[in-house]
Amino acid sequence: MLYFSKLRILFITLFSVLFILIASSNLFKFDDSFFDKKINLGLDLQGGSYLLLEIDNEPVIEQKLQNLTTTIRNYFKEKNIKIINIKIDNQNIFFNVIDNDKQSVLDVFQDENSDLNPYYPRFKSHQLEIEDTGLNFKVNFSRQGLIKLKNSSQDQAIEIVRRRVDEVGTNEPNILKRGNNRILVELPGLDDPMRIKSLLGKTANLTFRFVTNDENDRFGVEKLKFENGLEEATVSKRIIISGENLLDAQPKMDTQTNQTIVSFTLDRVGAKRFGKATSTGIGKQLAIVLDGKIISAPVVRDTIASGSGQISGGFTFQTATDLALLLRSGALPAPLEIIEERTVGPDLGQDSINAGMIALAIGFILVIIFMFVKYKIFGLITNVTLIVNLFILLGVLTLFEATLTLPGIAGIILTVGMAVDANVLIFERIKEELKDETNNILAFDSGYTKSRTAILDANITTLLAAIILFFMGSGPVKGFAVTLGVGIFTTLFSVYFIARLFTSIYVSRNKNKEKLI
Amino acid sequence: MIAFNKYYNHFNLLSSALIVVSLLLLIFKGLNFGIDFKGGTLIELRASDSKINVSSLRDRFNQMDLGDVSVKKFGNDTDFLVKFENKDNKKNIIEEIKVNLDKSFGNNYDFRRVENVGPKVSAELLKSGIIAISLSLALMLIYIWIRFEWQFSLGAILALFHDVIVTLGVFSLFSLEINLSIIAAVLTIVGYSMNDTVVIFDRVRENLRKYSDIKIFELTNISINETLSRTIITSATTLLALLAIYFFGGEILKGFSLAMILGVVFGTYSSIYIANTVLVRLRVSQKTVLREDDQKN
Repeated sequence: MLYFSKLRILFITLFSVLFILIASSNLFKFDDSFFDKKINLGLDLQGGSYLLLEIDNEPVIEQKLQNLTTTIRNYFKEKNIKIINIKIDNQNIFFNVIDNDKQSVLDVFQDENSDLNPYYPRFKSHQLEIEDTGLNFKVNFSRQGLIKLKNSSQDQAIEIVRRRVDEVGTNEPNILKRGNNRILVELPGLDDPMRIKSLLGKTANLTFRFVTNDENDRFGVEKLKFENGLEEATVSKRIIISGENLLDAQPKMDTQTNQTIVSFTLDRVGAKRFGKATSTGIGKQLAIVLDGKIISAPVVRDTIASGSGQISGGFTFQTATDLALLLRSGALPAPLEIIEERTVGPDLGQDSINAGMIALAIGFILVIIFMFVKYKIFGLITNVTLIVNLFILLGVLTLFEATLTLPGIAGIILTVGMAVDANVLIFERIKEELKDETNNILAFDSGYTKSRTAILDANITTLLAAIILFFMGSGPVKGFAVTLGVGIFTTLFSVYFIARLFTSIYVSRNKNKEKLI
Repeated sequence: MIAFNKYYNHFNLLSSALIVVSLLLLIFKGLNFGIDFKGGTLIELRASDSKINVSSLRDRFNQMDLGDVSVKKFGNDTDFLVKFENKDNKKNIIEEIKVNLDKSFGNNYDFRRVENVGPKVSAELLKSGIIAISLSLALMLIYIWIRFEWQFSLGAILALFHDVIVTLGVFSLFSLEINLSIIAAVLTIVGYSMNDTVVIFDRVRENLRKYSDIKIFELTNISINETLSRTIITSATTLLALLAIYFFGGEILKGFSLAMILGVVFGTYSSIYIANTVLVRLRVSQKTVLREDDQKN
């Protein structure tokens, strides 16, 4: 165990130097891109905001079912099957058939090429499930259908979220899917997430609809509140134009009224419809509805054929800017709810770094003094190893550009404390061996050999804990698992290569010295 | 040589008592779950005005109808930790609070940290925390079962349970907060306690093979003594590192390092006084080890 070939010594030296260089790239600037890597600081250390959003898919399901009832109606009409009492209740569509024609109803839903099974040819699965009790039928989304629906609304939502976050212009946001109905947004360096939170909290569903007094409007009517929450108006359900028709939206100052407004430009379809509606609806009030609330309802005075217009509604410059941003980035397919938020201010982050570094330095010094007092020359060897170990650990974290969190720093300090364990196991074993063995080299040799299983056991158990933490933990805790886990490997390397190398050099030079350890 | 075995019975009684008391505490007093597991909102606030103190903050927050509000000093005189349930999961709660505080304190305060955990997320975090701890105990069980004879496995696992339960018992007794980092600490304790036990067991097994005429009662004591200086040095360096975190690592790591310190102390104790006594009570002998060796060959 004590013999080292020249090649191996070279390898150990090169390896250590390499990682020390990589670790020091956190402090210095290297021109070479390989060395120019840095440990990422977690949000708890650099400050920033972590937001977990959940998509509320219920309105989407409701909407899809609404559309489906129309599709189903048309289908049966085509096939001359009479159905009655079609209604939606609790995310199910219910209907009855009059004639005793159950099989043909079921056939419609089994038809693999119909609109009711949009992806059957590709995935061999039905979007809908049908249950029958006699002549009453219940239709709802199949499991596969629900998953597809959720995935697609998540895909749309993440796109919109990305656009909105990008528009605000934070540095290097991290936007990820979580499960099939959540979106994780990490915003490093963001001190106050208020604005982003309020931007993400809005669906931004914009519609232009006429205010009407006719309760029997062909499209149905609904009572909507104004933004201020005081007044109400009856609005037709017929949508003249919606947010999808917008090409651009910008905040502007109206020079005549000195009000802040949002001016918008419509696409061709939108411009046509807007022109038509404004020409036939002169004198009527056109309500501008955002997420179920009326922003304003100006009276149409003129035909607007240019395809551009403006929204006024007592905006401040900030609210106008935000509304324009929301309109530009498009509507979310479903409302988002912020179900978890963690925000750390940059000065707290810096304080945490400082505290962590001081704790690391003090912990390190205490351990080093303790080891030196206890083992003298071998304590020195352990301490040198410990320092190299720390650098290699930082080097590995840098190489993989791992994220360092506050618990992660704690993990490094803990590694310092536990890293001496392997060396202590070895040295104590050697002490015991020296009681019966007069040959120093043989005693050292068997000290290393006999302590090996205990060291392996000890490290495997800690590694198991770290692995579980890595997979189960979130955010900061994951950072702890990473440093603890990586620390085990660097410790084993430094104990079995670096410390053993020093030990072997010292022992072979003091072959005949008594009381070596 | 220290006669650890003289006190096997005494400490077994003590440990049993500790476990029973801890379990009673856990059942009747329960744990003080933080917002990670209970849901709610946490604000760490730094004041630059001496008018802002625990009672003035409490007054302000109580007027805002936020449910159960707790206000505590956090580390030094200018930092405070405010926690409340936020039962309805109101959306713009932080903004509302800022507006409210501005009225009484002007601009003389700063939110350093805001955490808001909804009820769904907290339930999930609690579930995954429990799964993580159970999974780590199970993995340790499997590992030690592969490495050692069943008597040893039982001893190690009992020691592990003791450490986890008593550490949680202390947290319950002093109403210390359980949050995500405590779960990390408990898992590390599990690893550390196992580590410590395995080192002694390794020696017990080696000695069992070596001496056929020494009874397990005596043999465990020899093994404990032979590994004693390693046990002391490793616990000492680990504790030194943890104490450095506790005293200098900032308020956020206090609970985490405290749990670890307790765990290291209990872990070291249980390796000697629980794990080994199980071997004694199960009358482990040289045969136990040799039989297993035969099977393996």
